[in-house]
Amino acid sequence: MPMAVRIQTSDFDVERELAALRDGDARVGAVVTFVGTVREVNDDARVTQMTLEHYPGMTEQALEGIVVKAKGRFDIYDALVIHRVGPLAPTDQIVLVAVTSAHRGEAFDACRFIIDYLKTEAPFWKKEETPEGARWVDARTSDDEAVARWTATESTRSKA
Amino acid sequence: MQVVYLARLREAFGTSGERLPLHGATEDTLTVADILAALASRGGVYATELAAGRAVRVAVNHALVARDARVHAGDEVALLPPVTGG
Repeated sequence: MPMAVRIQTSDFDVERELAALRDGDARVGAVVTFVGTVREVNDDARVTQMTLEHYPGMTEQALEGIVVKAKGRFDIYDALVIHRVGPLAPTDQIVLVAVTSAHRGEAFDACRFIIDYLKTEAPFWKKEETPEGARWVDARTSDDEAVARWTATESTRSKA
Repeated sequence: MQVVYLARLREAFGTSGERLPLHGATEDTLTVADILAALASRGGVYATELAAGRAVRVAVNHALVARDARVHAGDEVALLPPVTGG
Protein backbone atom coordinates (compact mmCIF):
# COMPACT_ATOMS: atom_id res chain seq x y z
CA MET A 1 0.00 0.00 0.00
CA PRO A 2 1.41 3.46 -0.86
CA MET A 3 2.24 5.90 1.93
CA ALA A 4 -1.02 7.67 2.81
CA VAL A 5 0.68 10.97 3.68
CA ARG A 6 3.58 12.82 2.05
CA ILE A 7 5.22 16.19 2.61
CA GLN A 8 7.47 17.28 -0.24
CA THR A 9 9.00 20.30 -1.96
CA SER A 10 8.61 18.82 -5.44
CA ASP A 11 5.44 18.96 -7.55
CA PHE A 12 3.15 15.93 -7.87
CA ASP A 13 1.60 14.25 -10.90
CA VAL A 14 -2.10 13.76 -10.11
CA GLU A 15 -2.64 11.07 -12.72
CA ARG A 16 0.29 9.00 -11.53
CA GLU A 17 -0.73 9.38 -7.89
CA LEU A 18 -4.29 8.28 -8.66
CA ALA A 19 -3.10 5.23 -10.56
CA ALA A 20 -0.93 4.24 -7.58
CA LEU A 21 -3.80 4.84 -5.14
CA ARG A 22 -6.27 2.78 -7.18
CA ASP A 23 -3.62 0.10 -7.67
CA GLY A 24 -5.85 -1.89 -10.01
CA ASP A 25 -8.37 -2.51 -7.23
CA ALA A 26 -11.62 -3.50 -9.00
CA ARG A 27 -13.70 -2.88 -5.86
CA VAL A 28 -13.15 0.85 -6.44
CA GLY A 29 -16.09 2.57 -8.12
CA ALA A 30 -15.34 6.17 -7.19
CA VAL A 31 -12.21 8.31 -6.98
CA VAL A 32 -12.59 11.85 -5.66
CA THR A 33 -9.69 14.28 -5.68
CA PHE A 34 -9.15 17.78 -4.36
CA VAL A 35 -6.22 19.82 -5.66
CA GLY A 36 -5.40 23.13 -3.97
CA THR A 37 -3.43 25.67 -6.00
CA VAL A 38 -1.78 29.05 -5.42
CA ARG A 39 -4.03 32.03 -6.26
CA GLU A 40 -2.48 35.18 -7.68
CA VAL A 41 -4.73 37.38 -5.55
CA ASN A 42 -5.41 36.80 -1.85
CA ASP A 43 -7.20 39.27 0.44
CA ASP A 44 -7.02 41.95 -2.26
CA ALA A 45 -3.25 41.78 -2.66
CA ARG A 46 -1.27 40.43 -5.60
CA VAL A 47 0.78 37.43 -4.54
CA THR A 48 4.06 37.09 -6.40
CA GLN A 49 5.35 34.12 -4.44
CA MET A 50 4.68 32.26 -1.23
CA THR A 51 6.61 30.05 1.11
CA LEU A 52 4.97 27.15 2.89
CA GLU A 53 6.42 26.20 6.24
CA HIS A 54 5.51 23.24 8.42
CA TYR A 55 6.44 21.54 11.67
CA PRO A 56 8.30 18.37 10.69
CA GLY A 57 7.30 15.41 12.78
CA MET A 58 3.98 16.82 13.88
CA THR A 59 2.74 17.43 10.34
CA GLU A 60 2.95 13.79 9.31
CA GLN A 61 1.34 12.68 12.58
CA ALA A 62 -1.50 15.19 12.24
CA LEU A 63 -2.25 14.22 8.62
CA GLU A 64 -2.12 10.51 9.39
CA GLY A 65 -4.52 11.11 12.27
CA ILE A 66 -6.96 12.90 9.95
CA VAL A 67 -6.80 10.06 7.39
CA VAL A 68 -7.41 7.48 10.13
CA LYS A 69 -10.41 9.51 11.34
CA ALA A 70 -11.80 9.68 7.79
CA LYS A 71 -11.37 5.94 7.32
CA GLY A 72 -13.20 5.29 10.57
CA ARG A 73 -16.06 7.60 9.69
CA PHE A 74 -16.63 6.95 5.99
CA ASP A 75 -16.90 3.74 4.01
CA ILE A 76 -13.79 4.29 1.88
CA TYR A 77 -10.99 2.01 0.71
CA ASP A 78 -8.00 4.30 0.73
CA ALA A 79 -6.88 7.90 0.96
CA LEU A 80 -3.81 9.88 -0.03
CA VAL A 81 -2.64 13.32 1.10
CA ILE A 82 0.31 15.12 -0.50
CA HIS A 83 1.22 18.60 0.74
CA ARG A 84 4.03 20.69 -0.70
CA VAL A 85 6.31 22.95 1.34
CA GLY A 86 8.92 25.55 0.41
CA PRO A 87 8.66 28.28 -2.23
CA LEU A 88 5.57 28.24 -4.50
CA ALA A 89 4.28 30.58 -7.21
CA PRO A 90 0.77 31.37 -8.49
CA THR A 91 -0.81 28.42 -10.38
CA ASP A 92 1.44 25.91 -8.57
CA GLN A 93 -0.22 22.89 -6.99
CA ILE A 94 -0.09 22.96 -3.18
CA VAL A 95 -2.07 20.01 -1.93
CA LEU A 96 -3.67 16.80 -3.18
CA VAL A 97 -6.34 14.84 -1.33
CA ALA A 98 -7.56 11.69 -3.07
CA VAL A 99 -10.03 9.11 -1.82
CA THR A 100 -11.25 5.81 -3.26
CA SER A 101 -14.50 4.05 -2.38
CA ALA A 102 -17.18 1.86 -3.90
CA HIS A 103 -19.60 4.77 -4.38
CA ARG A 104 -19.26 8.50 -4.90
CA GLY A 105 -21.12 9.76 -1.83
CA GLU A 106 -18.66 8.45 0.74
CA ALA A 107 -15.68 9.45 -1.42
CA PHE A 108 -16.92 13.06 -1.79
CA ASP A 109 -17.65 13.34 1.93
CA ALA A 110 -14.34 11.80 3.02
CA CYS A 111 -12.34 14.01 0.64
CA ARG A 112 -14.01 17.14 1.95
CA PHE A 113 -13.64 15.98 5.57
CA ILE A 114 -9.89 15.48 5.09
CA ILE A 115 -9.22 18.86 3.46
CA ASP A 116 -11.45 20.65 6.00
CA TYR A 117 -9.54 19.16 8.93
CA LEU A 118 -6.18 19.66 7.20
CA LYS A 119 -6.90 23.37 6.97
CA THR A 120 -7.55 23.75 10.69
CA GLU A 121 -5.36 21.08 12.34
CA ALA A 122 -2.29 20.38 10.23
CA PRO A 123 0.70 22.59 11.12
CA PHE A 124 1.31 24.43 7.85
CA TRP A 125 1.78 28.18 7.46
CA LYS A 126 1.78 30.32 4.33
CA LYS A 127 3.89 33.42 4.00
CA GLU A 128 3.02 35.51 0.96
CA GLU A 129 5.23 37.91 -0.96
CA THR A 130 3.19 40.88 -2.19
CA PRO A 131 4.22 44.24 -3.68
CA GLU A 132 3.62 45.69 -0.17
CA GLY A 133 5.99 43.20 1.42
CA ALA A 134 5.90 39.73 2.96
CA ARG A 135 3.06 38.72 5.29
CA TRP A 136 1.91 35.63 7.13
CA VAL A 137 -1.52 34.55 5.93
CA ASP A 138 -4.29 34.87 8.52
CA ALA A 139 -6.42 31.89 9.40
CA ARG A 140 -9.99 32.14 8.10
CA THR A 141 -13.00 31.74 10.34
CA SER A 142 -14.73 30.07 7.38
CA ASP A 143 -12.21 27.21 7.80
CA ASP A 144 -13.26 26.73 11.43
CA GLU A 145 -16.89 26.80 10.33
CA ALA A 146 -16.17 24.11 7.74
CA VAL A 147 -14.87 21.79 10.45
CA ALA A 148 -17.68 22.76 12.85
CA ARG A 149 -20.08 21.35 10.26
CA TRP A 150 -18.42 17.92 10.62
CA THR A 151 -18.33 17.99 14.41
CA ALA A 152 -22.01 19.01 14.41
CA THR A 153 -22.98 16.00 12.31
CA GLU A 154 -20.80 13.86 14.57
CA SER A 155 -22.79 14.78 17.65
CA THR A 156 -26.03 14.27 15.73
CA ARG A 157 -24.77 10.83 14.75
CA SER A 158 -23.75 9.86 18.26
CA LYS A 159 -27.16 10.91 19.56
CA ALA A 160 -28.94 8.83 16.94
CA MET B 1 12.25 20.89 28.15
CA GLN B 2 12.58 22.09 24.57
CA VAL B 3 10.30 24.89 23.39
CA VAL B 4 9.75 25.34 19.63
CA TYR B 5 8.50 28.53 17.97
CA LEU B 6 6.92 28.28 14.54
CA ALA B 7 6.16 30.59 11.62
CA ARG B 8 5.13 34.09 12.78
CA LEU B 9 6.17 33.36 16.37
CA ARG B 10 9.65 32.24 15.29
CA GLU B 11 10.10 35.53 13.44
CA ALA B 12 8.68 37.62 16.28
CA PHE B 13 10.93 35.99 18.90
CA GLY B 14 13.94 35.85 16.57
CA THR B 15 14.62 32.20 17.35
CA SER B 16 13.26 28.79 16.38
CA GLY B 17 13.31 27.60 19.97
CA GLU B 18 15.15 27.26 23.24
CA ARG B 19 15.69 24.98 26.20
CA LEU B 20 13.65 26.11 29.17
CA PRO B 21 14.71 25.15 32.67
CA LEU B 22 11.85 23.89 34.80
CA HIS B 23 12.69 26.42 37.54
CA GLY B 24 12.19 24.01 40.37
CA ALA B 25 8.60 23.33 39.37
CA THR B 26 7.76 19.80 40.31
CA GLU B 27 7.21 17.50 37.38
CA ASP B 28 3.68 16.63 38.32
CA THR B 29 2.30 20.15 38.49
CA LEU B 30 3.77 22.03 35.52
CA THR B 31 1.19 22.82 32.82
CA VAL B 32 1.19 24.42 29.38
CA ALA B 33 -0.45 27.48 30.93
CA ASP B 34 2.51 27.83 33.36
CA ILE B 35 4.98 27.83 30.47
CA LEU B 36 3.01 30.42 28.49
CA ALA B 37 2.76 32.62 31.59
CA ALA B 38 6.50 32.33 32.22
CA LEU B 39 7.29 33.32 28.63
CA ALA B 40 4.79 36.20 28.60
CA SER B 41 6.32 37.55 31.83
CA ARG B 42 9.47 38.35 29.86
CA GLY B 43 7.52 41.29 28.41
CA GLY B 44 8.15 42.78 24.96
CA VAL B 45 7.17 40.64 21.98
CA TYR B 46 6.63 37.65 24.27
CA ALA B 47 3.96 39.54 26.21
CA THR B 48 2.39 40.84 23.00
CA GLU B 49 2.31 37.55 21.11
CA LEU B 50 1.22 35.45 24.08
CA ALA B 51 -1.33 37.90 25.49
CA ALA B 52 -4.70 36.44 26.46
CA GLY B 53 -6.93 36.31 23.42
CA ARG B 54 -4.11 35.78 20.93
CA ALA B 55 -4.78 32.63 18.95
CA VAL B 56 -1.79 30.49 19.89
CA ARG B 57 -2.12 26.73 20.02
CA VAL B 58 0.25 24.43 21.83
CA ALA B 59 1.48 20.97 20.89
CA VAL B 60 3.31 18.72 23.35
CA ASN B 61 5.36 16.03 21.66
CA HIS B 62 3.55 16.74 18.36
CA ALA B 63 -0.01 16.48 19.68
CA LEU B 64 -2.28 19.51 20.18
CA VAL B 65 -3.18 19.93 23.82
CA ALA B 66 -5.27 22.19 26.05
CA ARG B 67 -3.78 24.80 28.39
CA ASP B 68 -4.15 22.56 31.44
CA ALA B 69 -2.11 19.71 29.92
CA ARG B 70 0.87 18.58 32.00
CA VAL B 71 4.41 19.09 30.74
CA HIS B 72 7.41 17.02 31.81
CA ALA B 73 11.18 17.28 31.51
CA GLY B 74 12.26 16.11 28.07
CA ASP B 75 8.98 17.12 26.39
CA GLU B 76 8.94 19.16 23.19
CA VAL B 77 6.50 22.03 23.61
CA ALA B 78 5.63 23.86 20.37
CA LEU B 79 3.86 27.21 20.08
CA LEU B 80 1.78 27.39 16.89
CA PRO B 81 0.09 30.39 15.29
CA PRO B 82 -3.25 29.59 13.58
CA VAL B 83 -2.51 27.16 10.75
CA THR B 84 -3.02 28.16 7.11
CA GLY B 85 -2.19 25.12 4.98
CA GLY B 86 -4.14 23.50 2.16
